Amino acid sequence: MIPGAFAYHRPKSVAEAVGMLADLGDDARALAGGHSLIPMMKLRLAKPEHLVDLAGISELNGVRTEGGDIVIGSMTTQNELLRSDLLAAKLPILRETSLVIADPQVRNVGTLGGNVANGDPGNDMPAVMMCLGATYHVAGKGGERRIAARDFYQGAYFTALEAGEIVTSIRIPAPPAGHGYAYEKLKRKVGDYATAAAAAVLTLNKGAVNYCSIGLTNVAETPLWAEAAAKHLIGTTLDGGSVKKAVAAAEAITAPASDNRGPAAYRTKMAGVMLTRALARAKTRAA
Amino acid sequence: MAKTQIAMKVNGKAVEALVEPRTLLIHFLREELSLTGPHIGCETSHCGACTVDLNGKSVKSCTMFAVQANGADILTIEGIANADGSLHALQEGFREMHGLQCGFCTPGMITRAHRLLQEIPNPSEQEIREGIAGNLCRCTGYQNIVKAIQYAAAKLSGVPAKEAAE
Repeated sequence: MIPGAFAYHRPKSVAEAVGMLADLGDDARALAGGHSLIPMMKLRLAKPEHLVDLAGISELNGVRTEGGDIVIGSMTTQNELLRSDLLAAKLPILRETSLVIADPQVRNVGTLGGNVANGDPGNDMPAVMMCLGATYHVAGKGGERRIAARDFYQGAYFTALEAGEIVTSIRIPAPPAGHGYAYEKLKRKVGDYATAAAAAVLTLNKGAVNYCSIGLTNVAETPLWAEAAAKHLIGTTLDGGSVKKAVAAAEAITAPASDNRGPAAYRTKMAGVMLTRALARAKTRAA
Repeated sequence: MAKTQIAMKVNGKAVEALVEPRTLLIHFLREELSLTGPHIGCETSHCGACTVDLNGKSVKSCTMFAVQANGADILTIEGIANADGSLHALQEGFREMHGLQCGFCTPGMITRAHRLLQEIPNPSEQEIREGIAGNLCRCTGYQNIVKAIQYAAAKLSGVPAKEAAE
């Protein structure tokens, strides 16, 4: 499995990278960790004539706070997310999610930006970003703009990114201290994409839910933000009846494909099971 | 397509070459440098047989272009043995604990375990299993691989090898 020939470029700055992508046009692709793009190139499903490697751009790395937000450079690897003390303290759901992505070697190379920008419904971070209300900072030759994760995903591998644009960082409003969280993923083996997965973040006030947000992975052409499902839980104690209503609302927005991970009806039910488990675990973690 | 000049350090030796950008790191190591220890297994970043150490991190060299490793410091199974030529504790452990049968996964398994023991010098069984989750073995059922890594961890922390084997 040998990819088609291409020319390799390694810009040193975002400005240089987006300039190259604009000049080279449709024949060019940005390369982040490459663990989605390179397999596609080996299968010749992707045949870029130019690869613009973002690895030499130091401004795309790192995790920092800005006001009440956490800002993560797009080239930050999954393994760097796992090692970040800042994220462990402020946004532990990212650690929980990173741990169920691929395996140690892949996590050393795979990036958050690549995971969210690729538009693969099997990727785990997009649903978590929708759940958290993240915003993607995007740069193109025309300048910079911000796109909400909840508006970003339009279809399988089809996103709000325009040609020549790259995601430069991911901005996440820090959930309140004491929030409960969980990412529950059903997979057949280590490294597999989800049969179905659910992210939940919630806060409790005297035992009742006063904030809840839910994301679902790999049960539609795009990751899903289950807004109606979460609304069913506000004001409840996450009692069985309320959770059932939320699960029904979440299942209602799924439209999974039948594939070797299971028939569509099964994957929809598993999304519900993952959500039930995620809510239960988030509840135990909420202060 | 124009070739690109790359330079890197492989098993302590400086290496320079002209490569096509599409050359995968595993092909560069095996075909240009004749380092056939790292194996080509699945070619899809699942099996881990191609695992090498790159700038202190385990990576799958089948899913990286050699040009991406320009300037890197790389360690392959060929560079694991002790300087005097004797087996590294991990290599010894795999032999003593019967950590291999066909041997195809072994170079990647040892190279990954070598890094794991630097990340976590005395890993629990669970940490070993999670640490080698990106390396598939279709012979052993992993039991003896875990024991081999435990053997090496014990030996490297100064516990006599015999005691570690028991």
